[in-house]
Amino acid sequence: MPDTVQITINGTAVQVVRGCTVAAAVIQAGRSEFRRSVTGQPRGPLCGMGVCFECRLTINGQAHCRSCQILCRDGMDVSTSD
Amino acid sequence: MAAAASAAQAGAHVGVADDNPSFGGQIWRGQETSPSTDLAKLWYQRFQGAKVECLRGCRVFGAEEEKTLVAETFDGWAELRFNKLILATGARERFLPFPGWTLPNVMGAGGLQAVVKSGVKIRDRRVVIAGTGPLLLAVAAHLKRDGAEICVVAEQASWNRLLRFGLGLTGQPSKLRQAIGLKRDLSGVKFVANCWPLAAEGSDRLESVTLLSGSTTWKVPCDYLACGFHLVPNAELAVLLGCILADGFVQIDDLQRTSVHDVYCAGEPTGIGGLELSLVEGQIAGYAAAGNPEKAKSLFARRSTLRKFVARMDRTFALNRELRSLTGDDTLVCRCEDVEFGRLREHWSWRSAKLHTRCGMGPCQGRICGPALEFLLGWRVESIRPPVFPARVGSLAMAPESHAKQC
Repeated sequence: MPDTVQITINGTAVQVVRGCTVAAAVIQAGRSEFRRSVTGQPRGPLCGMGVCFECRLTINGQAHCRSCQILCRDGMDVSTSD
Repeated sequence: MAAAASAAQAGAHVGVADDNPSFGGQIWRGQETSPSTDLAKLWYQRFQGAKVECLRGCRVFGAEEEKTLVAETFDGWAELRFNKLILATGARERFLPFPGWTLPNVMGAGGLQAVVKSGVKIRDRRVVIAGTGPLLLAVAAHLKRDGAEICVVAEQASWNRLLRFGLGLTGQPSKLRQAIGLKRDLSGVKFVANCWPLAAEGSDRLESVTLLSGSTTWKVPCDYLACGFHLVPNAELAVLLGCILADGFVQIDDLQRTSVHDVYCAGEPTGIGGLELSLVEGQIAGYAAAGNPEKAKSLFARRSTLRKFVARMDRTFALNRELRSLTGDDTLVCRCEDVEFGRLREHWSWRSAKLHTRCGMGPCQGRICGPALEFLLGWRVESIRPPVFPARVGSLAMAPESHAKQC
């Protein structure tokens, strides 16, 4: 059995494998749209390595976190709205 | 990793600050606990066995007075004081904008590989891989091993150039073995040369990609598009510190020293050269910075050999001029501020465009749109200002409440 942690994504609890990034967890939960651009277009991760900022989410109340560079920790609260 | 392990071996007190959650850069992302190749195993062993202070998730955003960097961590900030500094900031992909490239599930070639390495399951997903360079094949092989359905690999270089490159490999046994291995891993995968994406289609996420090769176009339904056109150096921190660049790369001498006293640079920021060259340059920089130039010099010959191979790759995969026509006037170039190409090409320079349209002023600070505009319009993207990465006000103010670390 893989080692898992529990996080919530927009209020829904999900089990994710330890070592998984928040971005990967959100994609695995079925979401492709992470945020909206300044003119309201749907956006998701692009570079996968922390330079494009398209994957940014609110994590534990802190906005603009680059979810592709952050490992899921037990109890993390992830939100796709600012 | 190579620089740190080598410097530690030579007796220096070493600290490593890595923006990523674990060590290994992009090529070895996610492999820290389970390296997949012998080379990776060797270097993880050396790195983990070395006396090195490790800071993960630590992003340098500025420099203070004498020999001090300031970095942000997930929940705080840190001051990093050094005697000698080795920059190994790697490279990022160049994206060429085309209609639909901003749709969710359109990612870089390395970008999709990175999210898969970070936990995304790609089994049974349909993937189109496009762009240029051996990276496309490496990504295709990796994703195929993980169960993805690779619809097609679209390489912009011509068959002519690819064949000549292939023939040239006969003089490099290890590269030839790698190539043969890749061919075996990719048997059955459709590969098309002189080919690139014209458009990505979909309403709120990617649904299909239209490809062009010669005069033939066709639409491929898919779940992901992994698309990247070369790598560009992450030289922002080097520039902030005052290092001189040549053609966009950090200028270094034989011992990997930059133009700034006590600052070294190794790997992709000095020239895109791949894994093995980065490892050798890292070792040279590590030994040199730690005061053992003799050990550094013993690696010069290996570095020369690897550099020759890189020069041939550059010629083979040079970007076709026709790719400039991919970007229409209403195609977005700056994703941070939603600026279309039509508005940008009214200007004569990066600086002018930035001031009038905000292109380059968003969170990525021109990292994504810059390399595209350099190719599309020949602009030189310049003027790096701190912070080189967006940072929290608390970090900029170096608020005592959130001070995480001082070395």
